[in-house]
Amino acid sequence: MKQFTIEPLLGSEWQLSDGINIAFTNSALWMAITAVLVWVFVAGGMKRALVPGRWQMAVETMTGFIDDLLEANVGKAGRKYVPYIFTLFMFILFGNLLGLVPLGLIPGVHAFTFTSHFTATGVLAIMSFSIVLIVGFWKHGLHFFSLFWPSNTPAFLALPISLIELVSFMVRPFSLALRLFVAMMAGHVLLKVLASFVIAGGSGGIGTGVLVGVPSFILMVAISALEILVAGIQAYVFALLTSLYINDAENLH
Amino acid sequence: MPQIEQIAATLSSQVFWLLVFFGLTFVFVGLGMVPKILGTVEMRDQQIAGDLAAAQAARDAADSEEEAWRKRENANRAAAQGVIGEAKAVAATTSASKLAEAQGRLDARLVEAEAAIATARANAMAEIEAVAADATRDIVARVAGVEVEPAAAEAAVKEVMAHG
Repeated sequence: MKQFTIEPLLGSEWQLSDGINIAFTNSALWMAITAVLVWVFVAGGMKRALVPGRWQMAVETMTGFIDDLLEANVGKAGRKYVPYIFTLFMFILFGNLLGLVPLGLIPGVHAFTFTSHFTATGVLAIMSFSIVLIVGFWKHGLHFFSLFWPSNTPAFLALPISLIELVSFMVRPFSLALRLFVAMMAGHVLLKVLASFVIAGGSGGIGTGVLVGVPSFILMVAISALEILVAGIQAYVFALLTSLYINDAENLH
Repeated sequence: MPQIEQIAATLSSQVFWLLVFFGLTFVFVGLGMVPKILGTVEMRDQQIAGDLAAAQAARDAADSEEEAWRKRENANRAAAQGVIGEAKAVAATTSASKLAEAQGRLDARLVEAEAAIATARANAMAEIEAVAADATRDIVARVAGVEVEPAAAEAAVKEVMAHG
């Protein structure tokens, strides 16, 4: 579990105001690296050439992917959310993938997955949820509450259904945050457990090494590939669900 | 689980730095770069669509041009055929009339020539009579020593010739 430990790197006594500590931690460092890499990646596609090169093509594929996602889920009104959803997607994707880079091979260097902390994913989820609430009440006013009221349903059914709808609506930020946090943490823990099998099997002698260590190692390789897939899928799911929630606020039924 | 054990100590730092770095990314990448990239893509799509439309228009124009050319060509060909037919007919009538004229001239000359032959023959006959009359007189003068009147000799020759 050491890989999830947050350690202050700089300014462990920095305070925003009394009691609010803002030490620059390893988690903050990896957020910064993520931000820089996202910036470098997108800046590489800013040549704005008529015939795109490989890098520009890659960047345009990503922006086009998010643009299509919003177009499909929200419609024409979804275009104005492309900057936010794109930043969200790239930030989570790069954060997930950076946590999988085997930097532990370099002595003293440890990769850190800030998306495996619900404090970080929670902030992202609350941001998305706040956008849904702000857009919903801005556009529709109190009429936004009709989101919970099923249409063409008798009142004795609509009342309990609207309560269930309200609960499922309020659960959204938690499900968003926990899904990403759990997926990231579970993958890393699984790899950690298998890695401890490899070490324990290898140190237990040649017999257990071949019997336990080698299959565990092969499984680790396969699960590492799966984790790369999960890193992409979780970033996509976060962006997709956010766009679906925004659709509720934009196009009230 | 450090996520829960450290929450009290690290929550403010996590939230603060995430907001800082996500905010910076959102401002510089999301707001600064993404619209330009989308604009580039849109510009390219528009250019491609425009080029395709222009190519389609050019193709349509070429097709209609070809159609018009074909119509014109067909009309020209038909006109040329008409001119040729007309010329043929004109040539045929002129040659026919020329032939007829030449035939008429030939016929006239033939008639003329026949008439000339007939007169020449008549003249020749007359000449022969005259020559025969002279010869008769000469013969009579040599043989009999008698001078015969030319009229008498002529009459005698005529009589002999008429009887054959």
